[in-house]
Amino acid sequence: MTERLEVRRTAKLYIGGAFPRSESGRSYEVTAHDGRPLAQASRASRKDLREAVVAARAAFPTWSGAAPSLRGQILYRVAEMMEGRRGQFEAELADAGAADPARGVSASIDRWVWYAGWADKLAQVVGATNPVAGPFFNFTLPEPTGVVGIVAPGDQALLGLVSRLAPAIVSGNTTVVVASERSPLPAVSLAEVLATSDVPGGVVNVLTGHTSELVPWLAGHMDVNGLDVTGVPAELLADTERSAADNIKRVHRAPDADPFDQAARSPYEITAFTEFKTVWHPMGA
Amino acid sequence: MGGVSQTTEITPRPPAEPIAGASEAPRIVARTTAVDAVGLEGRAAALATRSIKRDAKLWALDLTIRSIDLTTLEGSDTTGKIVAMCAKAVRPDPVRPELPSVAAVCIYPQLVPVAARQLDGTGVAVASVAGGFPSGLGPLEARLQEIRDVASDGADEIDIVLNRSLFLGGRYADAFEELVAAREAAGSTHLKVILEAGELGSYDRIRQASMLAMAAGADFIKTSTGKIGVNATLPNALCMMEAARDFHQQTGRRVGVKVAGGVRRSKQAIQYLVLLHETLGPDWMTPELFRIGASSLLNDVLMQLEKERTGSYSGPDYFTID
Repeated sequence: MTERLEVRRTAKLYIGGAFPRSESGRSYEVTAHDGRPLAQASRASRKDLREAVVAARAAFPTWSGAAPSLRGQILYRVAEMMEGRRGQFEAELADAGAADPARGVSASIDRWVWYAGWADKLAQVVGATNPVAGPFFNFTLPEPTGVVGIVAPGDQALLGLVSRLAPAIVSGNTTVVVASERSPLPAVSLAEVLATSDVPGGVVNVLTGHTSELVPWLAGHMDVNGLDVTGVPAELLADTERSAADNIKRVHRAPDADPFDQAARSPYEITAFTEFKTVWHPMGA
Repeated sequence: MGGVSQTTEITPRPPAEPIAGASEAPRIVARTTAVDAVGLEGRAAALATRSIKRDAKLWALDLTIRSIDLTTLEGSDTTGKIVAMCAKAVRPDPVRPELPSVAAVCIYPQLVPVAARQLDGTGVAVASVAGGFPSGLGPLEARLQEIRDVASDGADEIDIVLNRSLFLGGRYADAFEELVAAREAAGSTHLKVILEAGELGSYDRIRQASMLAMAAGADFIKTSTGKIGVNATLPNALCMMEAARDFHQQTGRRVGVKVAGGVRRSKQAIQYLVLLHETLGPDWMTPELFRIGASSLLNDVLMQLEKERTGSYSGPDYFTID
């Protein structure tokens, strides 16, 4: 009997519901916090990013048009699927140097559940019927902004990412995520969870690679409507915001709070990437 | 240039004439050499991997615009839609007048007068499908009358369909005769013959149909109607380009090639240009001898040009909807 060869996972990108390698053929080495080599992750190019935006745009009508309660159920399903892969996530967080991996995974799962609950309540809480002087019924509703780019924070590779991603997609946005450069493996695993959670392909696209290489293209892309800059390195921030202004993207960053803290989750994280539509409806005399 | 946008300056070629009688049609088909399918597909796939960058890409995108037959062939086409499309054909991007116009608009016969009025003096040609598009199986006299009508309504180019029923049934002389009659009915207008490669079944058949159409006096041979599942593919187009090359060697006459259906991205258009260049050479790299029938392709080309100009990827929000 020969010794069995271990079957190891290839860390790939997640674009439009598929798991391609980078079109550039490039990869980069991911190491654990103690320097151990862990894997070769795909190093996405600007063309992968372009494809990801195309996939996100294509997914937008269906996802934003889905009933809010359905989006809530699907987000809850993500939490369920993560629970089933708990061991894998904990091992990856341990490799990334997390102090308490189990707590990080639990908090991430809970965050999905928390935002899932907002899906069918957001309009009631942040929407309004407005008193106006005239024979009109006047109401205001939140609508998703469109395609949102998310630069995930470099540390807190799982909870940090989930805390940015869940509020963006719960309202119906579709996203292009640039994963943590140093610890991309939890994001790759999360992509595999999303692929098996009824989240339609293209709603979340995950790119791994060099943040400084991808961010300028994401920020300048004219078909991206919002940008979460939480993970943008300080030296790139000014240029990123300047590029994002070209097509007046909504730019947002995470609140300055410990991600485990209650202050790190808020309905205002959802409204950061929503637009408010006000409708004047004539009333009979 | 003045206030008017740049025209594509297509010098009209004299219309082609049949080079054989109908009785020779079976011989033309029988004489056509077989196609090496594996080699053809391999060559098309290999050429498609060519990387075209920067200056060459800009040149290719420019040629792509100048070679487009901007097409709408829907039952729902209205006068308003044709007027809007003609405006776009003349000036693809309203804020960039330096961009060239497309080669032609391609529409249904009833809308030809509308387009002819809109495009008068712009240098953009009016192409109409005719002859019982897309099947070509109506009464012959009605089909020929349709061709005469669109020619007198002001069409510069006419896209007719090969009678696949006759061709695939082995009635080559009859199919050939119909093409010759269509050639005659078209008069001095430019005649494009659609082979509907997706229905022909094999590369051998595509090559035979190409030879038949060219011998019957086609100015252009065209891959597809866009109305069936299989549209233009790289191997089909390559097969037809090789037929056009061989026909040129045999007769000295240059016949154009038009790919149509399913060409939506700039990258695809550039792949066809590579095939064209490698098969028929620089002489064919002109709207007089190469066309792409498309609608959404134009916006994709504009987006690519915008990216080359500004350095940022553009989005469909910034171009006219078609």
